[in-house]
This record gives sequence, C-alpha cells and structure tokens, in this order.
Amino acid sequence: MGPVHWHVKTGNVGRRGCSVSVVTTERIIEFRDALNEAMSEEMRNDNRVFLIGEEVAEYNGAYKVSKGMLDEFGPRRIIDTPISESGFSGMSIGAAMRGLRPIVEFMSWSFSLVAADPILNNAAKMLYMSGGQFGCPIVFRGNDGAGGQLASTHSWCVESMYANVPGLKMAIPYDAYDAKGLLKTAIRDDNPVFFLESERLLSTTGHVPKEEYTIPFGQALIRREGTDCTIISFGRPLHFCLEAAEELAKDGISCEVVDGRTIRPLDIDTMVDSVRKTNACVVVDQSWSFASLGSEIASQIHSICFDDLDNYVHRVHSDDVPTPYAQNLEQAYLPNTRKICEAVRAATYNA
Amino acid sequence: MNETTTTEQIMSEGPQAMRSLSKIELAPVPNEGVLLGWLRQMLLIREFEVRTMQAYQNRLIGGFCHIYIGQEAVAVGSIAAVNNDDPVVLAYRDHGHALARGMDPKHCMAEMFGRIGGCAKGKGGSMHMFDADHYLYGGHGIVGAQTPLGTGLAFATKYEDELMKGGTSNHVTLCYLGDGALNQGCFYEAMNLASLQDLPVIFVLENNRYSMGTAIERGTSMANELHVKSEAFGINHAIVDGKNVVNMYQKFKSIADWCREESRPFFVEADTYRYKGHSMSDPRKYRTKEEEAQEESIDCIAQLITYLTEKFDFNQDALKQMNRQVKAQVKEAVKWASESPETPMDELYKDVYTDSWGPYTGTSKPEMLEEGGAA
Repeated sequence: MGPVHWHVKTGNVGRRGCSVSVVTTERIIEFRDALNEAMSEEMRNDNRVFLIGEEVAEYNGAYKVSKGMLDEFGPRRIIDTPISESGFSGMSIGAAMRGLRPIVEFMSWSFSLVAADPILNNAAKMLYMSGGQFGCPIVFRGNDGAGGQLASTHSWCVESMYANVPGLKMAIPYDAYDAKGLLKTAIRDDNPVFFLESERLLSTTGHVPKEEYTIPFGQALIRREGTDCTIISFGRPLHFCLEAAEELAKDGISCEVVDGRTIRPLDIDTMVDSVRKTNACVVVDQSWSFASLGSEIASQIHSICFDDLDNYVHRVHSDDVPTPYAQNLEQAYLPNTRKICEAVRAATYNA
Repeated sequence: MNETTTTEQIMSEGPQAMRSLSKIELAPVPNEGVLLGWLRQMLLIREFEVRTMQAYQNRLIGGFCHIYIGQEAVAVGSIAAVNNDDPVVLAYRDHGHALARGMDPKHCMAEMFGRIGGCAKGKGGSMHMFDADHYLYGGHGIVGAQTPLGTGLAFATKYEDELMKGGTSNHVTLCYLGDGALNQGCFYEAMNLASLQDLPVIFVLENNRYSMGTAIERGTSMANELHVKSEAFGINHAIVDGKNVVNMYQKFKSIADWCREESRPFFVEADTYRYKGHSMSDPRKYRTKEEEAQEESIDCIAQLITYLTEKFDFNQDALKQMNRQVKAQVKEAVKWASESPETPMDELYKDVYTDSWGPYTGTSKPEMLEEGGAA
C-alpha cells in the first residue's frame, strides 16, 4: 500500500487524526497556492488581517506565495518592508497588541534569528507579562529547514529551539491540504503562531477542496497505517519517512507514520496510541539532536509507554554539525531514507 | 580647484526629506488649575519613588527596580500633551509614566510587591507596568525593545483610523526610550519604518546622561548632537528642557498636534538627569557628588513651585497641604499593596495562552480591571 498522504480525497479531518473521507471534486493545487488561498480568504473575512514582510508585495513574494495579493488588497494591507526583521517583527507585534492580526512573512526562518528578541520576548510573553491585558494575535510564517545547498546560515531548522518557549504555538504543515487548513487556523488564533513551511515543499501539489475548512491545532494525522513500528515526524522529513516505510514494507516491516502537524500543542495521545499498537518508535526530526523536538518526544514516549516499548525510542536528526554546502555532504547530513530505515531496523530488531 | 571648493562639494546640505517646521508655534501655557495638577503629579511620583526605595530596602520589592526621581517633568509634561486614548509605551524606568498616565498608585505598588492587586497581577514587576484602561502598553525590560512596538502601535492607530473606520489618522503614540537605547539596532529599524510608513509616533528620548554607569559620551557617538540620529531617517526633531515641565508641555503639545495632523514621526530629546542610580544596587561611583549636587540644584519640582509662586497666588501653605495629601496617598498605596493577597497559585498557569490546553488554564482579568474590583 502506498502512502495515503498525496491525493486522498479528504474533505475534513475527524477526531484524532482519523481521516474522514468526503468525496469532493478533486482540485490539485500547489502548496504555495494553498498558503496564498488561506491568507487571501482570511483577509477577505477580516480587515484586521494584513501581510507584511520582505518582498511580499511588488515582488509577489520571494517564493511567490503572496502572488497577486497586492493587486487584490493594495499596499496598505500587503506591505513590503526593508530588510529589517527585528524592526518589522516588533512593529507587527505592537500592532497586534492593539488587536490587529498581522501575518509576518520571514523569507526564511533563518532570518528570524535577528528578530529573536521581539518574537520570543514580546510576542510569546506579552499576554503573561501584562497579566492578561494585551495579547498578541500574530502569525510568523516562512521557510524553515534546509533548502537546496544554502549552507549553514540559511538552513536553520528553528523548531526545536523555538518550541522551548511557552506562550507561542507552532505548526508545520506537510501537504497542501494541511498548509491551507492549518494556516487558516493560525490566522484565527488569538495567540502568536510560528508557522514553519519548507521551501522544498512549496511546489508539491495536493488536493485542496474548494469548500472552506480549517484544521484544528493539536491533532496529529496518521499518514500511513502500520503494525511494527511508529515513525513520528513533522513537515518535510515525512517525505523520507513515507519513502522508508515503503522500502521497509518490502522486507515485511510495517510502519505507521504519524504526522504531528503541530508542535505546540503537541498531540502526544495519538503518538502514544500508535506506539501502544506497534511497541516500537522512531522519531525523525530535522533539527539537531541535542535538546531537541526529537529528544522531547522520545522522553514523553518513554515516560508514558515505558511498559509498551520493546526497545528504546530511536531518533533520526540532522548530524550534529553546521549545515554543509556540498551536495553530497548536505544529503548525508539531513534525515534521509537510509537513516530512517536503519533506525527502524534497529528499533524493531528481534534477536 | 582649490581646497574650499573640494570641501563644499563633499559636504551635503542635510536631509531633503525633512519637512519645514516653521508653522509650529509654542502651545499656550495652561491655567493655574492644570499647573497645580502637574505639581501634584510630580510630587506624587517623587514621594512614590521614595517609598519604593524604602520598600525595596525592606525587601518588600524584589528583582530590578529603577527609580525615576529627577525626571518627573518629562513624563508629566509629555503625557499631558496627548489625549487619554493615545497609546503610550515605555522602557523599564516606568513607574513615573504609569502614575502620570493615571494608574492608581495602589496598583503600581502592588505590582512591585508581586501581589494580585498589581496592574499585571504581579506577573510583570517594576519593569513591566501595563494598563489597558489607560492605553499603557507596558514598560519593557529589554533596552530599545519598545521602539519597534511603539512604531507598531502608531501603525495600528493609523490602520484603524483610516482603513477600518474610514476616517483620517487621529492618534499619536508616545514611545519613550533612555539614552542607552540609542545604541540598540532595533531603534534605527523602528525609525526607518516609522518614516517610510508615515507613522504618527513620537520617540521621546529621555537623556538622563547615563546608560547604567556609562556616561553618554563614552557610549554614544555624536553625544552632543543627538538630533543627527533622526535626521538620517528624515524625521524631524527637537530638544526640550526636560526639567521644565511648562516648557516640556508647550513644545510637546505643538509637536503632538503636528504629528497627529501630518501623520509623521518625531524625535524629541528631553534633557534631564537621573538623581538616583541606574537601579537600586548602583553605588554611583562613575560620577562625582559635585555633578549630582549641581544637577539637583536645578530641580523640576522646585522650578515649577517658583513659577507658580511668581505667577499665581501659590504659597508655602498650599505646598505643605499638597505634600500632606500626596504623602497620605502614597502611604495608603503601600498599605494597600502590602495587604493585597499574594497572587494565587493558579495564576502561575493563566495568561500563557488566551485559550486553555495542556496545563494552562486560560486567562483572567487583573483585579484592577475587574468591574467593582479592588480599585
């Protein structure tokens, strides 16, 4: 059985990751257009929503995500900024404190590092520090993770680092359907949401129904059902997880692939249910291993599923070195199908 | 080509983008009642800060605590020049502004005591005074962090006034910063954005001459010509005497009205002096007692008393009476704060998110904002 993530006719997602099939006319669009639709629809519904960032307006977005939005909404709501992440992030947070709902595009989450103070200190903590008086309904979104040979400064996977901070929510969509549904939820959320896209996924296509839908946060999705090992991942590495599952199926190892979808909140229950069924678990996380999303999930699975596991939770990460430029090194560095297969074989090894 | 010509060619003529300010006139001095109100506010802030220091020494207040004594005229004179619903955002030396803006001293003190009666339920402390009812968008503890926020507040008022209400921009934001913030990059990003977007925000530089223990000349280039910092962004600027509350108000009123009318930013340098240390732990070894005495001899409160005595029928008896009232009010605030219950444990888990999931339990209003609450 092939991966069920691509062209499945999924009208909405029911309780805890169970896909509920609603037959609709298949409409295949690109991931980037799904993001565009989510923003445009929400901007039509709510005039407090605006898009701001580098090259989002006249350039149509550095990755063409906001194509055509300037024409529809005009320069007051689709706002080009100078290369000034700290300034425009802070400015948008100030606007959000008054109840506007900015969508801030980082060309890359790598560049969010120069805006760490506003996004972590102000956005994530404003509600708490003001004793509930001023919230921060804002979405920060952009490309996360290695692109293609962008080298160390432009290849950051920020999820582990930022997920450490309470007060923010974090979503990582894997396909076009989730990209739209999760982004609409993010824009409607009254809390700051870090929305992590992958440049490698922007051109992938998938079914996105014409009808309006949203996907609630905190609901993982089972991308492939299996019985021998649970593979948990988020975003782009899921592609390699599904590839590995296909590969391993040939050897009779049946993998269940769980897409966490959101990190804060984390749907640990769906992950636990799966591990209780398979008794083995591999976590695939594209960030570095030390104090990471992968180590957090492994730790939670260990505490909750201590008696269910036949082996300790194995983890696949990017190697513990700066991201290299050379293509062969970069491929070896990232989580890939080979590494995932090895981890699953190790986790399910039965002497 | 001689040397003079070469020099002339190299020197620029100054920014073209700055608009002429010739039409701005000094606002008139308000009546005696208003001036007496300012005096009362300044006395209140000073007495409040004296009691704050005392409470800190008695360990009723923890953490970092920054005292505003000496700078009272800046907060009082500038806040008096804007409307009650114009946003105000502050750095961490923020007690004085909070009181000038109208926060009840009880809530300000209770916040520092870490009690539920505090303006942020004791979750922010001395450096983080928030008050939604008074459009006070917080004191902010990271130097300069409030400057992009202030720009964003101005962006929001303009967006609301023009795009959502269909009218014209009719607010002006006050964004305060200390001279130390002049050396944070985000301030320059904030000025650039404010100028590009034509945002009605006044960056109020409170130049108290020291960032912690570093004298401005040691930490800031062009320390005697700070206006060049805003000229680089085509933002108009002014220098005001931060120890003269009447002059502060007169200039600020004109500037605020101009910003509101033109929807443009402004940079105002208010010259003042921090009488006390940077924070409560500062022994002030980096400056001389003579300098302090000299600065304290030109005191903002004393100046206003002299002005009132010369212009109006204000005498020592009236001053004594006002002092008595202020002392009683602050004493009451300290008593109220110390009697305010400790922040209950369930508040630890509130206000992390607006909704509740995981161990977090949603949000509740601060006691001060609840109807029929502690106020």
